[in-house]
Amino acid sequence: MIALLLRDLRLATRAGGGFGLGVAFFLILSALVPFGVGPDRATLAPVAPGILWVGALLACLLSLDRLFALDHEDGSLDLLATAPLPLEGTVAIKALAHWITTGLPLVLAAPLFGVLLQLPGQAMPWLVVSLAVGTPALSMLGAFGAALTVGLRRGGLLLSLLVLPLYIPTLIFGAEITRRGAEGQATATPLLFLAGITLGVLALIPWAAAAALRVNLR
Amino acid sequence: MSIWKYANPAQFMRTTDGLLPWLVGAAAICCTAGVVWGFLTPDDFRQGSTVKIVFLHVPAAMMAINIWVMMLIASLIWIIRRHHVSALAAKAAAPIGAVMTLIALATGAIWGQPMWGTWWEWDPRLTSFLILFLFYVGYIALWSAVEDPDSAADLTGVLCLVGSVFALLSRYAVLFWNQGLHQGASLSVQSGERMSHVYRYPLYLAMLGFFLLFLALLLIRTRTEIRRRRLAALQAREMRA
Amino acid sequence: MIDLGRYATTVLMAYGVSIALIVGLVWQTVAANARARRALEEHDRHG
Repeated sequence: MIALLLRDLRLATRAGGGFGLGVAFFLILSALVPFGVGPDRATLAPVAPGILWVGALLACLLSLDRLFALDHEDGSLDLLATAPLPLEGTVAIKALAHWITTGLPLVLAAPLFGVLLQLPGQAMPWLVVSLAVGTPALSMLGAFGAALTVGLRRGGLLLSLLVLPLYIPTLIFGAEITRRGAEGQATATPLLFLAGITLGVLALIPWAAAAALRVNLR
Repeated sequence: MSIWKYANPAQFMRTTDGLLPWLVGAAAICCTAGVVWGFLTPDDFRQGSTVKIVFLHVPAAMMAINIWVMMLIASLIWIIRRHHVSALAAKAAAPIGAVMTLIALATGAIWGQPMWGTWWEWDPRLTSFLILFLFYVGYIALWSAVEDPDSAADLTGVLCLVGSVFALLSRYAVLFWNQGLHQGASLSVQSGERMSHVYRYPLYLAMLGFFLLFLALLLIRTRTEIRRRRLAALQAREMRA
Repeated sequence: MIDLGRYATTVLMAYGVSIALIVGLVWQTVAANARARRALEEHDRHG
């Protein structure tokens, strides 16, 4: 499993761009929003938590279609499916690799973009915490969507159509944590909900994704 | 009667062939009667004549949810026991469900305009229906994207399972996110009289009408799918020969 | 004709949109069914 993880990470870094692309997208989005809504602190600060979360969501979506597609094209996915490692484990590892290459950089870079969007200082830790707790669920759900659409020619667009509705609960609770953090309110309830969703997704979605992969490899 | 008898498409076609005219007739009568009766009810003292919209709004909303549940059950039957007609029925139901959701959303928006002073409000119920509509769209899109029919049935079945969980999750997440303008359930067994008989009976009739309409459309659409698959199978056989 | 009062446009619009959607769905269903049946019959006739 660790070998697979290392292989995926190495491929992601070697291909160049895969690693930083999500963060670059995030940066562009954070830079574009003030152009759209105006540079005023009073307008930017209230929408910053939502923008940052939606940005993280879209950045996560960007690299999803390559999650299984490359391995499917060169046939290594068939090898992985027949390997002694259960397919559920493969899915989980691939989602983990995706999280390390896109989710983790987003979490680490988020405070920087929070500054760009005038997010109040007291919200920064909550932004990082909510992203750290929420993005694994995004990667795992994305792996499910990628597994559903792996063999399809116009899979990319369909993937976003299928995955985005699944992101709604995570987005709601994640943005809520950051918003409450910005206003100095208690954040425990949405944080627990978010953690619950993430844990449930991590526990159950590998089976659904592996089932979808088996159908697509048949 | 067992549903396994109808796993044979020929048996399903034979049975529904006799059933359909009656069902279509009943659906047409109940739908027309329910909606016309609803249209002729007196005005509500607070909402004026807009109360007449309820006879479209509530049955459509009810069917929008129930059709998804039906798709979930049909998908489960397909995934667990490979009931081919069941998978096709789930496929056939999805566009009907999407249209019902759209009717509920559209009538709700039109109704909300004079009552709440806005076409759209990010209210939990409205938002949940929008999310439900997105799930329907994704489901239909996945069906049309996958070429092999059995794979498509499997993949959409899994999507329907996961989607059901997330639709429910979104429903409560949205409730947490924003308390809304929408009134609670208008029909409830426990709460006793919340709606006058004047409105209640035509509403029941309209609900029955929408249900029969769904059933009739579902059977017709499933028959269409069976015929398409039969044609595809025959053509595939000829290609091989 | 019954009097709908000041909400006449609202009510009529709601009914209009709904009926249009339902008619569209029914029409699409029936047309697709007829098309599938015809294609199958065509196929049967030519062997």
